[in-house]
Amino acid sequence: MSVELLVFVVAAAACLAGAIGVVASSNPVNAALSLVGTLFGIAVLFVAQEANFLAAVQVIVYAGAVVVLFLFVIMFLGVDQAEDLRIEPLGGGQRIVAGVLGAGVVGLVLASLADTSGEATGVPSGVGALSDGTDLDLLSNAIFTRYVFAFELTSALLVIAVLGAVVMVRRVRGPEIVDPGQDEREEELRERRADAEQSAEEPASARAVRRFHPDDTTEADADEAEEVRA
Amino acid sequence: MLSAATAHSSGAATNVMLMSALEVTPAWYLVLGSLLFGIGAVGLLVRRNPLVMFMCVELMLNAVTLTFVTFSRMLNDVGGQAIVVFVLVVAAAEVVVGLGIIVAFLRKRPEATADDMAVLEG
Repeated sequence: MSVELLVFVVAAAACLAGAIGVVASSNPVNAALSLVGTLFGIAVLFVAQEANFLAAVQVIVYAGAVVVLFLFVIMFLGVDQAEDLRIEPLGGGQRIVAGVLGAGVVGLVLASLADTSGEATGVPSGVGALSDGTDLDLLSNAIFTRYVFAFELTSALLVIAVLGAVVMVRRVRGPEIVDPGQDEREEELRERRADAEQSAEEPASARAVRRFHPDDTTEADADEAEEVRA
Repeated sequence: MLSAATAHSSGAATNVMLMSALEVTPAWYLVLGSLLFGIGAVGLLVRRNPLVMFMCVELMLNAVTLTFVTFSRMLNDVGGQAIVVFVLVVAAAEVVVGLGIIVAFLRKRPEATADDMAVLEG
């Protein structure tokens, strides 16, 4: 077993296990920690493809900053209790559609790979061939010459994003904003819990009848909110 | 003794054949990228906790960056890696704004799901 194969298998397994953990874990904290597994796996695959700088950035920015930000928000809001996965994922129909769409994405890539000989063709971007030097030299050359305008735009984007976050999270002094639909929604959530507990013992046909229709209630809530505001 | 030696050498020969058959080609990375993208897309459609949906978006972005780096190596061109840098910056900005909205919203109602985000309109 060659080293490259071993590295790929281990990193790919970490990526896939982490990705499934994100989607399937009922506790948001577990999901965030699974995300770290995926991000590290991708960093390892970057190193395997000789993108050393991007691997370092991946670990520092994603596994360091972004996941810590996620965990911070989870702890700050106190939403770290486990969800009831019988209610929380959308019911049968949408799950099937989502599965078909996901399988379609993977199937399209597999089909196109099977159709070609595994070679990529294209016009060179003109910012340099990877064989000309180290990836860091080439990358910095590309960013600060050819893509310097885009680089400046991203700095503006970051400033705007930070300002936007501050404006949104700032507590507004003044009259408390009331949410007219809150009591009803809490009631409805309790009903859904009770339904799910019942339907765990019921056959599937009976479950379909009492399935929750989210569209009705959210529209009604929105209308109500507008009326109160007016 | 002799038969054992020939058996060993033939074993080594099959080993070499197996190794060349299991060479890691760029196509493997592309398949892994599509699998990650598919899992992230399914999670985004199926889950209703806004935080977990956000993590699924991060999964999809990472699948795309892996694909970009793979094509960069296949084409021997640094352009793919340069785009990954920009994707990272945009993803960071997106996380900041998205988590800001989620904090502002969930602070009022910790039980809220993505469906309840409909009250944000207007």
